[in-house]
Amino acid sequence: MTLPTQLNEFLFGIYPYICLAVLLLGSLIRFDREPYSWKSDSSQILRKGQLKLGSNLFHYGVLIVILGHFVGFLLPEKLVYLIVTPTQHELLAMVVGGIAGLCAITGMTILIHRRLYYRRIRGNSRKWDITIVIMLWFQLALGLATIWYSAHTLEGGGFERLVAYVQSIVYFEGGSAAIIRGVPWVYQVHILLGFTIFLVSPFTRMVHIWSGVGSLAYLFRPYQLVRKRGGSVNS
Amino acid sequence: MKIRAQIAMVLNLDKCIGCHTCSVTCKNVWTSRKGMEYAWFNNVETKPGIGYPKDWENQERWNGGWVRKPNGKLVPKQGGRFAVLARIFANPNLPEMEDYYEPFTFDYENLQTAPELPTAPVARPISLISGRTMDKIEWGPNWEEILGGEFDKRKQDYNFEAVQKDIYGQFENTFMMYLPRLCEHCLNPTCVASCPSGSIYKREEDGIVLIDQDKCRGWRMCVSGCPYKKIYYNWVSGKAEKCTFCYPRIEVGLPTVCSETCVGRIRYLSVLLYDADRISDAAGTENPLDLYQAQLDIFLDPFDPEIQRKALEDGVPAEWIEAAQRSPTYKMAVEWKIAFPLHPEYRTLPMVWYVPPLSPITAHANAGAIDSGSNGLPDVGSLRIPVRYLANLLTAGNEPPIVGALERMLAMRAWFRGKQLGNPPDPALLTSVGLDEATADDMHRYLALANYEDRFVIPTAHREEAENAYQLRGGCGFTFGNGCDGIDAKAGLFGGKMGRRKVIPVRELDDSQ
Repeated sequence: MTLPTQLNEFLFGIYPYICLAVLLLGSLIRFDREPYSWKSDSSQILRKGQLKLGSNLFHYGVLIVILGHFVGFLLPEKLVYLIVTPTQHELLAMVVGGIAGLCAITGMTILIHRRLYYRRIRGNSRKWDITIVIMLWFQLALGLATIWYSAHTLEGGGFERLVAYVQSIVYFEGGSAAIIRGVPWVYQVHILLGFTIFLVSPFTRMVHIWSGVGSLAYLFRPYQLVRKRGGSVNS
Repeated sequence: MKIRAQIAMVLNLDKCIGCHTCSVTCKNVWTSRKGMEYAWFNNVETKPGIGYPKDWENQERWNGGWVRKPNGKLVPKQGGRFAVLARIFANPNLPEMEDYYEPFTFDYENLQTAPELPTAPVARPISLISGRTMDKIEWGPNWEEILGGEFDKRKQDYNFEAVQKDIYGQFENTFMMYLPRLCEHCLNPTCVASCPSGSIYKREEDGIVLIDQDKCRGWRMCVSGCPYKKIYYNWVSGKAEKCTFCYPRIEVGLPTVCSETCVGRIRYLSVLLYDADRISDAAGTENPLDLYQAQLDIFLDPFDPEIQRKALEDGVPAEWIEAAQRSPTYKMAVEWKIAFPLHPEYRTLPMVWYVPPLSPITAHANAGAIDSGSNGLPDVGSLRIPVRYLANLLTAGNEPPIVGALERMLAMRAWFRGKQLGNPPDPALLTSVGLDEATADDMHRYLALANYEDRFVIPTAHREEAENAYQLRGGCGFTFGNGCDGIDAKAGLFGGKMGRRKVIPVRELDDSQ
């Protein structure tokens, strides 16, 4: 897909930074000003059914997918190519990402069904709760669709262009939009929807991802917490 | 040694009449909000029965409390830190709404608006969760009230362990007691240990366990961690909420709402001093039968000058030490040994204790089939409530402490009954159960008369020394916003219903009117 230069520049050069800025600042402001609203919003108590399968499939799948994106895109190319060839790199991404992505989208389908079909849960859902799960479902579907494209261009260097694009954004290398111009539409829409999810995250329940990462601190704290009047936390 | 003070409660089940005033006043104050319709920070169960939520005492099913590993370490029964995090996406041990009950109201409006009909209009139940009419109310917070329901269901009660339970289904042998339950404010709470975000904490100065509502992320591991199922998930706010021991009242020296309003005057609140360094040793005692004694052993004698000196050094105010000396909970739990912790086998070291109830003598014993003891008191084994049942409830199955407590209560009664009837008092009656006249007098004063100032010895907290009390005036309880700022989370930019901001509607004034 080749967009007009200016639109392409905005969507792939500037929009990502707007999204990332809103994600970081929005999350920070919400955490600081509206701590009570910061939560995972579990509906498990209202209906246990489907959650064990759906939620576990989705969350574990999507964790692997996200981790895969980090490792695959952000590790320096030279380091990666010491271990695997570019083709192997792409195959690895397709296989691992494909399996995890399938788990995640299966789980998400179950969760969307659960959320929309059962009155108790649907009645207790905000508009954003429903919007965000549908956005995530499409994002997973697009991600899986890229596998088909990748399989057709295994030797074509398309994958390296994507890596170069992401790195140019993250490492402020400039000229990002030009790199991505002309790659198949599936990749482009996947990228745009991905950044849009970043954009809306601070206003949705997605903020629980930060807390999920934060809860790793639980592994290192003593079981008992005692608060002393006047501030400090002892065990 | 690290001395800390705890506000502990004792409930004298011998006098509980099951009126539910405690539950209702508590509900009105703390859980009368959306999302908490199903929650009762204080509830009263009729025992034997499976309770609320269903079957809560069965930890093979709910996996609450702690387990002691062979190496002596304690781990939450639902799993250690890794297991808790691995199950964060779907908690396998979380009760569902049906395990509590689906909260309901009735369609009262129909009674007034129904058209004239050949039959009287009815008010059908409406679910407070889905807002729809319910076909049938299946369960409630007190479904087993006064032995409601079949014995076949109620006999699933976990406390029947090692009791030949089937005979208690017969009308002649049946027994019942009330069990008011609230958060135990444990010394070794599993809820605190299970919280991945570290939002639950115990207050050092009075031992009250609270959930920081701003830090709670709704991972709901505390709900399954607590073996008493006394943490409730607010399905509207997405936060866990629990009994606060009415801390704003405790801080100013007032008893909790449930205690204040108890018409039977069964509740006692005061200070216990304990050694915080010995908590894990006591909770990790190998044999569950020894857990009751192990917990007793970490309480400290407030009359010992050495303890007083160390307590002051550890920051316990002198006023609190003085309260600990007059503490009714210390007298009942430690001195007279008539109060016991609820299910010590959960290894949480609970701090709400219970005086076991006396019960009528069985018809069998009344007919002379069982001899009374040499002191003229009936054998406690002939009381309707099986001792083993009480022991399973209060001492992890250890019967002698329960027998001793019931004997002391019977002796105290017989002693005062004799005095009342003008019979010559027989000191042997008291000495045979390890009492003396002064202690019996005290027990009578605290248990039978139960004056307000004897039941509640609560030192004030002096919050003003730690914080700017001016900012705390008019503070509020649970809200749906951040603190008392009055922001309704429904209308906010973050996490609210977008596009539904509350705006005061503009009304154009018509000059012609």
